[in-house]
Amino acid sequence: MEPFHNVKSIVTPLDKVNVDTDQIIPKQFLKLVQKSGFGKFLFFNWRYDENENLKSDFVLNNSKYDDSKILVAGDNFGCGSSREHAVWALDDYGFSVIISSSFADIFFSNCFKNGILPITLDSAIVEKLQHETDQIEVDLENQVIKTSSENISFEINSHKKKILLEGLDDIAQTLEHEEKISEFEEKSTVPSVL
Amino acid sequence: MGKTLFEKIWESHIVVEKQNEPALIYIDRHLVHEVTSPQAFDGLRMNDREVRRPDLTIATMDHNVPTSDRSLPILDQTSAVQIKTLENNCKDFGIKLFDINSPNQGIVHVIGPQLGITLPGTTIVCGDSHTSTHGAFGALALGIGTSEVEHVLASQTLWLEKPKTFEVRVEGKRKNPHAVTAKDIILSIIKNIGTAGGTGTVIEYRGEGITDLSMEQRMTICNMSIEGGARAGLIAPDQKTFDYLRNREYTPQNYDSLVDNWKVNLQTDSDATFDKTFVLDINDIAPQVSWGTNPGMTCDVNESIPSPDEFSNGDANQKKGAEKALEYMALESGTLIEDIEIDRVFIGSCTNARLEDLIEASKVIQGQKVASNVSAMVVPGSQMVKKQAEEMGLHKIFIDANFEWREAGCSMCLGMNPDILSPGERCASTSNRNFEGRQGNGGRTHLVSPVMAAAAAINGHFVDVRKLDLN
Repeated sequence: MEPFHNVKSIVTPLDKVNVDTDQIIPKQFLKLVQKSGFGKFLFFNWRYDENENLKSDFVLNNSKYDDSKILVAGDNFGCGSSREHAVWALDDYGFSVIISSSFADIFFSNCFKNGILPITLDSAIVEKLQHETDQIEVDLENQVIKTSSENISFEINSHKKKILLEGLDDIAQTLEHEEKISEFEEKSTVPSVL
Repeated sequence: MGKTLFEKIWESHIVVEKQNEPALIYIDRHLVHEVTSPQAFDGLRMNDREVRRPDLTIATMDHNVPTSDRSLPILDQTSAVQIKTLENNCKDFGIKLFDINSPNQGIVHVIGPQLGITLPGTTIVCGDSHTSTHGAFGALALGIGTSEVEHVLASQTLWLEKPKTFEVRVEGKRKNPHAVTAKDIILSIIKNIGTAGGTGTVIEYRGEGITDLSMEQRMTICNMSIEGGARAGLIAPDQKTFDYLRNREYTPQNYDSLVDNWKVNLQTDSDATFDKTFVLDINDIAPQVSWGTNPGMTCDVNESIPSPDEFSNGDANQKKGAEKALEYMALESGTLIEDIEIDRVFIGSCTNARLEDLIEASKVIQGQKVASNVSAMVVPGSQMVKKQAEEMGLHKIFIDANFEWREAGCSMCLGMNPDILSPGERCASTSNRNFEGRQGNGGRTHLVSPVMAAAAAINGHFVDVRKLDLN
């Protein structure tokens, strides 16, 4: 995983609550067996009409947001299915920061496995950021969002922060605990399946 | 101070623990399916890693499989590739697979308990959010993403932040347990706590209203924990649990000594405390019908659709969500639920496609016909459920009523296979999610119990099944 660097861009405001992962990436695109190329299917049913033409009223189709790397959405973002394809699609499309007043647990966890930073803020601040038209900067090291008018600090678990900043391979880290895992297995009383 | 059931399972699975950091938790059972695993196996290959414990890993194919004639080739090439990929991965990494022709094939959350793979007090994961189903047996069962699937394959562990504890106490007795089902209890809970009400928590369902339920009904409850946002749902094991798992194909040899241990160790202590509590009294609850585009948008069958103002309780964002939902569903506030006409009926999914669900639904339709404007299907949760139902002659009741009787799979719950709604079609569905487009682009889903779905199929619109003789 690539280390996370500061992100500077305008925000894409997605003015919806309870955005579920079925909306982020509909099921017909889950049949692929690789991780890449999901960006073009992001928010598919909101972005395209039945003839697969772009819908002009959907925010992602407004060209002024083309280079945006920061998505700001309403409460309970990423609820529903555990599909990591949702995060792969957001990443492939170009988002590296998602800001919301709350995230669903599995989606939240999936973000960190793919170098995406989900930031939880009070809903009043989220709403304000949705109306921010200037560039903002997300500084993970210092846990602050810099807008043209203020600095907004945010919380993040120190372990998760380290994983993003250093781009760590989760599994390699875990396998350093091999001895402890083996010890656990020796005393476990749970039988094998087979 | 006493401990909750969750805390006991958690503590007995800690491999590594440090202050203010996630804990490394050992995983006892890993269930794998075709949709969320290919990239995980690729990751193992790229890094030259093995599956650490193939003997704790079981795979099946469910999301993508056709539910029509299995002797025919799979027409959708991308689905065929995904299914073939799982076969190859299981072969390469030495994992036991119940493939499309196996008598044990079925929805992963139906076959786990049915085969005795799901056990009390264990940790279970699967790359699927409805893994919470297995919590009905007192297992800590978590849905995970594909990166975590890879992590578990490689290490048999997961880094997890300790969730908070949430007690949902269900009190009272249903007056008509054939008409008001486990599905109605869990939809009532979600309607009250909201779709994010359980975020960051593990729910333990407790109380008379829960212990009264059969194991299959308890699975329906735990299955939809994720629809309330919870990380997992749990029910303490009791004699019903132990009886259910005895003599299954994969029930462990030393089962009796395991049961002795579970009886002592798998209860929440009387002096334990929860981080939060919600109490539902079920003495007077009604059958539930969802009207919107998330499972919290639900009301009683004898009510009318609420206005966005009534629904949102002053929350502007929720109000906007309800307006969008009504527009998508092509419904108006004030319409009686019983006046809503439907086009399709789907009885299936990991929520409601077990034998008991099919028995209850068959009672409603026995000797009747599906309404002429409705097409209806039954997709048993597993090939074993299908076989048991056929031995009881249930398939004849469904087929005689003009239901389609299919092979096992996830089917129209998420519409990855050819079973989908057409744009604008309205469906009474026993599944778990009524999200926009979930069952097919433009499709409109109403979540209901199997008896409610069956009654809607016969009548062409929703009916209050409390009016029927279901005994």
